[in-house]
Amino acid sequence: MSIRIEGVSKTFSDYPALNSVSLEIGSGEFVALLGPSGSGKTTLLRIIAGLERPESGRVQFGGRDVTKSSAASRGIGFVFQHYALFGHMTVADNIGFGLTVMPRRMRPNGAEIRRRVTELLDLVRLPGLGDRFPSQLSGGQRQRVALARALARDPKILLLDEPFGALDAKVRRELRVALRTIHEELGLTSVFVTHDHEEAFTLADRVALLNHGRIEQFAPPAEIEARPESEFVRTFLA
Amino acid sequence: MASRSTLREPPLVKALLMLGAFAYIVLMLLLPLWAVMSEAFRAGLRAWSMAVTEPDARAAIKLTLLVAAIAVPLNTIFGVAASWAISKFQFRGKTLLIALIELPFSVSPVVSGLVWVLLFGAQGWFGTWLIDRDIQIIFALPGLVLATVFVTFPFVARQLIPLMTSQGRADEEAALTLGASGWQTFWRVTLPNIRFGLLYGVLLCNARAMGEFGAVSVVSGHIRGETNTMPLHVEVLYNEYNFVAAFAVASLLTLLAVVTLALKSALEWRYRAALAARS
Repeated sequence: MSIRIEGVSKTFSDYPALNSVSLEIGSGEFVALLGPSGSGKTTLLRIIAGLERPESGRVQFGGRDVTKSSAASRGIGFVFQHYALFGHMTVADNIGFGLTVMPRRMRPNGAEIRRRVTELLDLVRLPGLGDRFPSQLSGGQRQRVALARALARDPKILLLDEPFGALDAKVRRELRVALRTIHEELGLTSVFVTHDHEEAFTLADRVALLNHGRIEQFAPPAEIEARPESEFVRTFLA
Repeated sequence: MASRSTLREPPLVKALLMLGAFAYIVLMLLLPLWAVMSEAFRAGLRAWSMAVTEPDARAAIKLTLLVAAIAVPLNTIFGVAASWAISKFQFRGKTLLIALIELPFSVSPVVSGLVWVLLFGAQGWFGTWLIDRDIQIIFALPGLVLATVFVTFPFVARQLIPLMTSQGRADEEAALTLGASGWQTFWRVTLPNIRFGLLYGVLLCNARAMGEFGAVSVVSGHIRGETNTMPLHVEVLYNEYNFVAAFAVASLLTLLAVVTLALKSALEWRYRAALAARS
């Protein structure tokens, strides 16, 4: 599903976090929001998710205006940097959570939920770990569970906030590959936030480079490297 | 390990400090507790059981339980709501709200009782209005509940605010992005995350609600069998030189403290395990 952001602005206390940002992401694209800390990349992602309200501007999903919709009703999947798994629930209950909170008339029954959880555990390569608690898993495994949980309700848009930030290099590489594969398999439109330009350039179809609440350049990695559009882009990549 | 060696005290100092601490606890805490118990049972088990089952004592016990049964749930709801607001949202006046929640701890219990007399007593602000409508607040159950609520309202909130602040908003945000409503998020994510801290706060709140003397004494009117809670009943008996009965009822309050302490320790133990699992 395509994402269209038009003139979005957001201010935190006094400094502008986003300054009239516009961005168009095509259906099926894999986009990275890249920039130094304080550049507004996480704020932009949270506005797409509905976790923050923009002061002005609009957000559209596939032509539908979602600017005023709640996070719960946008039909997105969101993966947090520190996983945000529910510590008192098993892995299976975490993954099934999105299904169990659906309105009664739409909610799948227990057997269907269990089947879907098994399917998702296979998708993220953690078969048979449903009965564990999050505290019994490694960081990489927890992030896989978080990914499976975000995918439970079949979102068309997947948003990830520094999804590899808390992991070591080897686990990072494995997870990147897994994420890219899942993105292709499910035909998702994915947006992820990172401050690591190597990660953005190897994984994304297009990279949006942010600085001081503005987009400096939005283009495929090869083009950014070949033709950096501003001094900031040149120095950031150096 | 360098810091450890600088902290190493001579064995004699260590032994003296430990001995001093134990001696102090025995003298100031255990000895008085033992005195209460031995006085309570000095005239035998029969006298003790008569003292705690005579009508006025039974009325005092019932009243104490009733006041706690109203005040503790009220403060639990208030404490959870206030902690939720303070820890999950940004708003003006937050620091002021936190300071106000702590207020009852720094106010003398006499004042905590007196404010209600000034508001609802016969000579108080709403006194005539209440008398005209034949509503009694002071020297009756509502006054006892108000005074108890005032004194005990920081307990739950104080326990939860640091806990919920340290937990942050990520779990709630995750639930929202997964399609949960605010209500579902509260019951299925927030409440389980704070359950041990909440139980702990409720327990302390309850112990204080049942044991409160000062504030309740001001609004009670000391009507035997009607507005005397257990702590007040103890005082009345003592002033009548009825020591065995006074200490018998006091021994029940002491028992409450011991039970609270045991439950609190058990919870702390569970709570620590749950916290360790989270990180």
